[in-house]
Amino acid sequence: MEENLQQLKTELSKHGIFTTTFEELYNWGRKNSVWPLTFGLACCAIEMIATTMARYDLARFGAEVFRASPRQADLIIVSGTVTKKMAPQVVRLYNQMPEPKYVIAMGACAISGGPFRNGYNVLKGIDRYIPVDVHIPGCPPRPEALIDAFMTLQKKIAAQQLTGEDRPRHLHPELPSEFPVPDYGEHGLEPTVNAEVWNPLKVIQ
Amino acid sequence: MNPVTSSAMLTADPWPPIVALLIGALLFGLAPLMLARLWAWKFSPAKPGKQKNAIYECGLESTGDAWIQFKASYYLYAIIFLIFDVEAVFLLPFAVAFTGLSVGACVAMLVFLLLLVEGLVWACRKGVLTWS
Repeated sequence: MEENLQQLKTELSKHGIFTTTFEELYNWGRKNSVWPLTFGLACCAIEMIATTMARYDLARFGAEVFRASPRQADLIIVSGTVTKKMAPQVVRLYNQMPEPKYVIAMGACAISGGPFRNGYNVLKGIDRYIPVDVHIPGCPPRPEALIDAFMTLQKKIAAQQLTGEDRPRHLHPELPSEFPVPDYGEHGLEPTVNAEVWNPLKVIQ
Repeated sequence: MNPVTSSAMLTADPWPPIVALLIGALLFGLAPLMLARLWAWKFSPAKPGKQKNAIYECGLESTGDAWIQFKASYYLYAIIFLIFDVEAVFLLPFAVAFTGLSVGACVAMLVFLLLLVEGLVWACRKGVLTWS
């Protein structure tokens, strides 16, 4: 059925007739208007700023409108070292964004703590608290890497289904939109991870 | 436009096009809102939450109460400044036209100045100009 439809679509496009589905149209609109949050944490933010400027021109991907309020943003780029003191604020900002929302963890620090991993006050990766969609390695990643992450995110958005069991979190009524904000306690963050979000790869020997 | 149609337009009832435009304007505003509501009902469920609905949105939690008293004593400074600011606007043309003015005009201006100086003396004696 699906294959037949795809064949019909290619056949029609050969004759100059463009067909689409509601889902594709919806995702096409969404992926070309991702508005990131104006939110820079460390040196990666400088690369993020460079990405938006004329030379690298993120506007080509419809993502130049950096919003100053989480209420108007779809994407949070965690660009830099997340200290344990900052982590609750990052999670709270993510919680305040409307659905559908996406996260790019930019750079080694946002992924794992990077060179500051052994610091007493550095969070070892923001994916311990919020679901990260795209990770970019690098210290800091070049603007091209951020653009690549954007394009990866766009592909991810384009593949999301509107209906069915595989539909993304924001379309499931029972799945959460807010994630628990860790407390900055006496001995660091409590809890240390959000077990529902953090799924590290297990090494099986 | 030929004269026949333009005179027909003048004599025709002007309200139907205005009503049509009004309905169009209302639909232009309301239709997207209704579509969004329909979309939320069909596909995307609303997920309000405590933090999502919080008033403050910079990531920090708001502390204290918004219903506090603000010190209002500055408003008197502001009003006095405003009065003398306006006086300066009048003083400049007064000074420029001074040699050509009649005695009556001069007296009128001096009365105006006197009134303002009197106000300043009043404010000073009332203790407005001492910051506490």
